[in-house]
Amino acid sequence: MSTRDSVPTSKFAMFWSLTKPSQSGLLLATGLAGYMSARCPVFNISTILQLSVSLFLAIAGSTLLNMWWDRDIDAKMGRTQKRVTSKGLVSDKEVLMVGVLISVIGIGWALAMDWLYGLVVFAGWFFDVVVYSMWLKRRTCWSIVWGGISGAMPILAGRVLGLESIDWIGLMLALGVLLWIPTHTLTFSMKFQKDYADAGVPTFPSTYGLDVTRFTIAFSSVLAAAAMVAAGVGIGMDWGFLRLLGVLSAGLFLLAAAMTFKPTERVNFGLFKYASVYMLAAMILVVLEVI
Amino acid sequence: MKLSSLNRTLLLLTVLLASYQVSAGIDGFTALPIIAYTIAFGIILVAALLIFILGIDVLDSPIVVIVSTIIPLSLAVGLVWQHLAAWRTSYLVFAIIGFLAVTLTRSIQMQNKLPVIVIAITHGIAGMTIFLLPIVIAIQGETKPLFALVGIGGALIGVGGLLLSFLKTGKPILSRDTILRLFPALLLATTALFVAGFKLG
Repeated sequence: MSTRDSVPTSKFAMFWSLTKPSQSGLLLATGLAGYMSARCPVFNISTILQLSVSLFLAIAGSTLLNMWWDRDIDAKMGRTQKRVTSKGLVSDKEVLMVGVLISVIGIGWALAMDWLYGLVVFAGWFFDVVVYSMWLKRRTCWSIVWGGISGAMPILAGRVLGLESIDWIGLMLALGVLLWIPTHTLTFSMKFQKDYADAGVPTFPSTYGLDVTRFTIAFSSVLAAAAMVAAGVGIGMDWGFLRLLGVLSAGLFLLAAAMTFKPTERVNFGLFKYASVYMLAAMILVVLEVI
Repeated sequence: MKLSSLNRTLLLLTVLLASYQVSAGIDGFTALPIIAYTIAFGIILVAALLIFILGIDVLDSPIVVIVSTIIPLSLAVGLVWQHLAAWRTSYLVFAIIGFLAVTLTRSIQMQNKLPVIVIAITHGIAGMTIFLLPIVIAIQGETKPLFALVGIGGALIGVGGLLLSFLKTGKPILSRDTILRLFPALLLATTALFVAGFKLG
C-alpha cells in the first residue's frame, strides 16, 4: 500500500507502509544477488530463507527508526506528510518500539547465522540510522554518502554470507550500489527542492546548485556502471552477459552525458528511471550467471 | 502522445529479444560481426527501453535520425563481413563515411536538399544490403532457408528508418501520429525477424 496515494487502515498495513516495501524489497534483492554471486549452493533453501528474513527485518527496522526520527520533518514536506507517522495514525512510541524490536531480531538472526555477515548487516543499520539519519541528515548535504554506504551493505552482506569473507568483488558490487544511489536521492532532492528547504534539510541542489547536482548524478551513474562491469568481470560473468551489461552501461553513459550537457526535466527523469532498470538488470544478470 | 499498454508490452518484448540477441544470439561469430551486431541490437535495446520509460515522443529528438542510421549500417557491415569477404573493407569504409555524412548534415543548418539526399543514399544502400543479402545467400544455399527472415527484418527496419528520417526532415510519408503509433510494433517485428533469422538460419 502506498504511503503517498492512500492511507492504510489496519495497524499491520500502517507499519508495513512505514517499512517502504518497494525500497526494502529492492535492497533485499541486491542482498540475494550478492549471495548468489558467491557461487555457493544457491538452492540452499534454508540459507536463502534465513538471509531473506534477517536482511529484510534489519532493513525494515532501520527504515522504521528513520521514520520515527524524521517524523517532524516528514510532516513539513508535501512528499511525506501523508505518512502515518506524520498524520499521527500510529504513536511515536509504537514506531520506536517496533523499529527497535525488528532491528534486534534481524541483526541478531544475522549474527547467529555468520558473525561477519551479521557485522556487515549491523554496519548497514548503523550507518543508516545513527550516522545518516540521526547525525548528518540535518547538518550536511554530504549525509547521502553515508546513506549510500548503508544502501550498499545488503549486497556486500549477501556476498559475505556466501564466501564467509570480504573480497574485492563484494566491495565492487557495493561500490556499484553506493554510486547508483545518488541517481535516486539527488534526483529526488532536485524534484522536491522546496520540500527539503521547508523542512530545513540541506541538499546538493540547495548547497551547490542544480548544475553541480546534475553533474554529480551523471558522474556517479557512469562510475556505478563501471563498478558493476568490473564486478561482472570479477565474478567471471559469461562474455555474452558482459556484452549486454556493456550495452546497458553505454545507454546509462549517454543519458548521463545528455544530462550534463543538455539538461531537461525529461532527461533527468529518464536517467532516474533508466538507472533503476540498469541496476535491476545487473542484479538479474548476476543471478542468471550463477543459475 | 501517451504510450498504450499494448505498445508498452511490445517494447518490453523488444527489449527482451534484443537482450537475448546481444547476450547469446551472436556467440561464435568473429570479432567484427560481434561488434557490429552488438551495436545494432544494443541500440534497438536501449531505444526500446527509452521509449518505454520516456514515451513515444522521445522519437521527436533530433538525434533519432543519426541513431536510426547506425542500426542498418551496423547490421549491414556485420552481414557483409560474414558473407561477402571481398567487399569487407570497401563496405566498412562506406558505412563510416555514410555515418559521418549523416551526422554532419544533421548537425549543420542547411537550406538545400543535401541532408535528405545523404540519408536516402545511406539508408537505401544499407537497407538494400540487409534486405537482399540474407535472401540471396539463403536461396543459394549458403545458409539455411530461414536466414531469409533477416532480409525481411531488414526490409521492415528500412521502412521504419525511412519513415522516421523523412519525418525528421519535414517531409513525412505518413502522418506523425500514425508513424509513432505503429513504431513499437514495427520495432518488435523487425527484432523478432532478425533474432529468428540468426537463430534458425
